[in-house]
Amino acid sequence: MRYLFKTDYRQDITLWRHRGDLFWYGLLIVVLLLIPYVLSEFYIGELGGVFVFAVAGVGMMLLAGYTGLISLGNAAFLGIGAYTEAILLAHGVPLVVTLPVAGLFTGLFGILIGLPTLRMSGLYLAIATLAFGSIVGTVFQKWDAVTGGFDGFPVPTPDLFGMPVQGANGIYYLSLFVLVVVLWLSANLLRTPLGRAMVAIRDSEISAQSMGIHLARYKTFAFAVSAFITGLAGALFAHYVRYLAPDAFDVLLSVQFVTIVFVGGLGSLHGVIFGALFVRLLPQFIAIIRDDLPFGIGRMPGLEPSLFGFVLVIVILFEPGGIYGRWIKMKNWFQAYPLKRRTSFRRQKSYARSERLR
Amino acid sequence: MSLFRADDIAIRFGGIRAVDAVSFDVNEGEVFSIIGPNGAGKTTIFNLISRIYQPSSGRLYFQDRDITEIPAYRIAGLGIARTFQNIELFANATLLQNLLIGRHCHSTVGVLSQLVFLPAVRREELQHREKAEEVIAFLGLERYRDTLIANLPYGVRKVVELGRALCIEPKLLLLDEPSSGLNVEETEGMGFWIEDIKKDLGITVIMVEHDMNLVRMVSDRVMALNYGKVIALGTPDEVQNHPEVVRAYIGGEG
Repeated sequence: MRYLFKTDYRQDITLWRHRGDLFWYGLLIVVLLLIPYVLSEFYIGELGGVFVFAVAGVGMMLLAGYTGLISLGNAAFLGIGAYTEAILLAHGVPLVVTLPVAGLFTGLFGILIGLPTLRMSGLYLAIATLAFGSIVGTVFQKWDAVTGGFDGFPVPTPDLFGMPVQGANGIYYLSLFVLVVVLWLSANLLRTPLGRAMVAIRDSEISAQSMGIHLARYKTFAFAVSAFITGLAGALFAHYVRYLAPDAFDVLLSVQFVTIVFVGGLGSLHGVIFGALFVRLLPQFIAIIRDDLPFGIGRMPGLEPSLFGFVLVIVILFEPGGIYGRWIKMKNWFQAYPLKRRTSFRRQKSYARSERLR
Repeated sequence: MSLFRADDIAIRFGGIRAVDAVSFDVNEGEVFSIIGPNGAGKTTIFNLISRIYQPSSGRLYFQDRDITEIPAYRIAGLGIARTFQNIELFANATLLQNLLIGRHCHSTVGVLSQLVFLPAVRREELQHREKAEEVIAFLGLERYRDTLIANLPYGVRKVVELGRALCIEPKLLLLDEPSSGLNVEETEGMGFWIEDIKKDLGITVIMVEHDMNLVRMVSDRVMALNYGKVIALGTPDEVQNHPEVVRAYIGGEG
């Protein structure tokens, strides 16, 4: 077992706890950079999809996991980012501009939705954002002069410094880069007063206020950041699917984002990655085993959504910490082996307070 | 010199006058206790001072400055900190994070510099940490530093809430029933903290409290409320033996 001797306050501020962390993260990056030379194009494409959803998951995590605001409208943010990216590219704007602009433009919508929803929390907020999502979805369908309506909108192949970003490899590297940047920004956010203010709002609004936290400002900020990041994910999503259909950004997609943060583990950035892996790879897994399932279960319609729902319920009931929480417990078990007792690492069950209705 | 002054404040909820024309002033460096039966309006006065409620009439002055119109989130920055009757800590954060949230009103760095974690942010974080560590040492909370609040026993949480308020570096500290839910020893310990806060840190304290032993132990002056009105104000002994106070608590012929 590793004992961490803390001799300096700076040790609690750094992004890695010790040299071991630095080594493993570095190794992970190297492996991820080399994967396209090893795996087949199908898997690279799937991994690219995982990265895109992980970016969107970070956006959702900051809002739901850290600020305690449940949004069912994040698919709309994804859609706004995707259409912004595609439309700008179609007008010949270079990728280095469109990507941040897609994020910033979506961020504006985040502020727009954040302001009127400030006085809501819990279920009411979920309903309000759900309404926002369906309004935006309808706009995508009806405003065909801009979005192409139900005919869809082809996403042009972007150029990055004269090189076309295309194929599974292009999307893979672009998404990986954006994901790393977004994770870095979020980790910074969470170790500064901004992130702590968000956590404070999640756990107790009344005392957050008495600590000098301007609730309206920070809730709007959380929405803006969440929308910004989801907008970036939307831009990547546009390249990932290559052809935008307005009905792709429906409530089921929002529920997938919620699933990412709950299954991955509320309140952790690691959880986002686990959640994104789960949400993207489960359908593939189902597709692989579909034919081997008994009693024709595999041919039943709605197998996938019902399985998602089932897993979500199981996780909320038995492991509120999500996959990441389970991972921490397993790590503790191995580190303490063979001294682990049932009670060694027992924590009181405590749920994030986002469900509290007032 | 009076640090805080309430001038004829009142608040009505519908037909109920929860606080009715209450005036008092609190001198710098004293412990001022507010007692009274349940529903007398004690916590309501705290919510008025920390600007969670808007008084129906009357004014509040802090350091001779009118704070009646100041929004709740700016109260901490002025130097008024508070604790809550039913602990309102950030339960899914560690003790250290809770204390650091108490430092929020002292942070000066901008949003963008926080997002990219400029050296200035790092410097300020270290300063906050140092202050938080001072409070941890003051209250002897070292062993719980990295524990989630949700895993701490009730008595410790009470102390953590005190610590979080101290991290604001307040001039005026509002303690809402610091002894509620504590056993006799823990209550006495709380009394010693309050004395230390007054003597060593020079912080003025307004305290709402039911436990008369604790009130007698630490208070310089006591104000008794009943049905939102002041019925007695003076030293702990004066107030405790005041006929109105006895009647409010024990009852008796009108």
